[in-house]
Amino acid sequence: MALPKYTEPHYRIWHYVYLTICAAVFFFLIAPLFVIFPLSFNAEEFLVFSDGMKRLDPDAFSLRWYKDMIYGTKNPWGLATKNSFIIAIFATIGSVILGTVAALGLSSRHMPYKGLIMAVLISPMIVPLIISGVAIFFFMAKAGLAATHLGIILAHIILGTPFVVITVTATLSGFDHSVTRAAASLGSNPVNTFMKITLPLILPGVISGGLFAFVTSFDEVVVVLFLAGLENTTIPIQMWTGLREQLSPTILAVATCLIILSTLILVTAELLRRRSERLRGINR
Amino acid sequence: MSSETKQILTTDGIPLEVSLKKAERRNKIKAFLLVAPLLLFIIITYVFPIGDMLMRSVDDKMVTEMLPKTFKAMEKWDGKELPEEEVFAAFHSDFIKLVEEKREGKLSTQLNYTKNGFKSIIKKLRRKSKSFEEGNYKEQIMAVHKRWANVEYWQAIKRRAPAYTGQKYLKGIDMFKNENGEIVNVPEDRRIHRVLWLRTLEIAFFVTLFCFLMAYPIAHLLATLPMKYSNLLMICVLLPFWTSLLVRTASWMILLQQQGLVNDFFVGIGLVADDNRPEMMFNKTGSYVAMTQILLPFMVLPLYSVMKTISPSLMRAGKSLGGTPFVAFWKVYFPLTIPGIGAGCLLVFILAIGYYITPALVGGASGTLISNQIAFHMKSTLDWSFASAMGLMLLTGVLAIYWVYNKLVGIDNIKLG
Repeated sequence: MALPKYTEPHYRIWHYVYLTICAAVFFFLIAPLFVIFPLSFNAEEFLVFSDGMKRLDPDAFSLRWYKDMIYGTKNPWGLATKNSFIIAIFATIGSVILGTVAALGLSSRHMPYKGLIMAVLISPMIVPLIISGVAIFFFMAKAGLAATHLGIILAHIILGTPFVVITVTATLSGFDHSVTRAAASLGSNPVNTFMKITLPLILPGVISGGLFAFVTSFDEVVVVLFLAGLENTTIPIQMWTGLREQLSPTILAVATCLIILSTLILVTAELLRRRSERLRGINR
Repeated sequence: MSSETKQILTTDGIPLEVSLKKAERRNKIKAFLLVAPLLLFIIITYVFPIGDMLMRSVDDKMVTEMLPKTFKAMEKWDGKELPEEEVFAAFHSDFIKLVEEKREGKLSTQLNYTKNGFKSIIKKLRRKSKSFEEGNYKEQIMAVHKRWANVEYWQAIKRRAPAYTGQKYLKGIDMFKNENGEIVNVPEDRRIHRVLWLRTLEIAFFVTLFCFLMAYPIAHLLATLPMKYSNLLMICVLLPFWTSLLVRTASWMILLQQQGLVNDFFVGIGLVADDNRPEMMFNKTGSYVAMTQILLPFMVLPLYSVMKTISPSLMRAGKSLGGTPFVAFWKVYFPLTIPGIGAGCLLVFILAIGYYITPALVGGASGTLISNQIAFHMKSTLDWSFASAMGLMLLTGVLAIYWVYNKLVGIDNIKLG
């Protein structure tokens, strides 16, 4: 942001103060993530930068914590990763199907009690997780689903659907309903119309809602803490236990992998958002 | 409609009005059927269980069911002097049944919640009751221990007669119902919950304030920079947003530890001595720093989306009409961003007030919030009815805030990324 030539000196100073403040805040936001990266390659067992690392001595760096993460004996990460992916994938599928169908209904202008129903559907997003955790635990315990994969998947569907409902309703708000009427007038049945016309058009919204649901499930720890038995351990649970007991560098290796994963998700989400805005004709 | 007016008919002879209404109803049902699966699912697995929490939090049937005859006999007792033989006989008969079912331990735990000192005298009563003779139970029970002859203990039993109670809620704000049925504060050295509620509010308030102060300038910068730069900087906001909460908490644990980089930095610039590094984690500071960074994106995004819609020409107009840049900002720009400020602040406040994971890891004893107490009672003391009561108190607060949010911003305006 170049300043005009006629800017008075004290505004000029203020402008640079403002830019410095912004830089500091951006640093505060992003820098903590980059601490993990080098430390996960630490050759030593401590979670501080060793003198060797500060001198960039190659011997001070190693892949031992990544090896430990993958091959380590009595290491829970393999099981946790498998569980996390199984739970997140099924929870995402469930959330996307239930959420998209509900969003279609909610976007119809004939929908009765829209505000009330919307409030109920997105309540799991507003209610603090600890309360959701207690409530869902009571339900799963009664239904005999505590400490089962199914129980955790259902819990994550509850937490994930609000995101799908919101993103898909937002996409449908710019949706031109005459195209579905055109399809119907040409003899297509409703299911066929949805699959061939509506779905491809709202797909960016559906996928980005699905991404939210996936991340919610993949990162969720509060509800799983109440529900999971030893067999259902997930990556967040393992990280939680590790961080509470002893902070080992293996956790940092896992954390680095998670940061890479979240970068991939971020890029996908951004690309989808732009595509969706382009399709809805929002030019910015 | 008068008979004079000619009704408009559709081709199949049905009045148009009727036909339209029918179509409207069909559309309503169709829309509702699409929503129904999710609605049912959420109601069964989520809304009902929250109702279940409400039931659990006031449920006090356990003692009521264990001493049915006693409470029946106590109905006539005025509760001032020691009860009559009839009550003692009924209590004896209930107690013998409990001993047969091996449930007298549960009774003593429950009664001990109401008044301390029941555990030992119930144990003693169980031993002695084996050799009781028939009749005159009052004398025999009173002879077991002097507390059984103390009217306060019988009053304590009587207080457990109702099947529903609000005592868990009173306990949540460090109050209880005393012998005379008055609601009073617990002794000062045992008040722990009020401190926690206040701390939760305090931390949520300051985290919201810090987030606002930090988010406002960067949201403004993001909204005014040319697209190609702002997209790049937006990554700094979105990458933490998408990164696992535990990863971000872990990085703060590394940074804030005593040998961590933040302390290294302070030593480096000579702010603190190397042998006197301050404790920045496992206390309130830890909770503040980590929660502010973690919740910051939730403040930036709504502010950004509002600022993006404000035309830069408005500021120019303000300046050209004689305002200094500061006046133009304060009188023109700032009022236009108030919807974004409202949304961001309430979002961050609601999230902060129910925070659990981060305070549990970096907050130590002085930085934990009410959520940690709820989790503690769910997992450690197993006092689920108390955990439910506190959860519902928190929920009431959150819903009140949410109601304000809805009035100010509207639910439909929640934006994600």
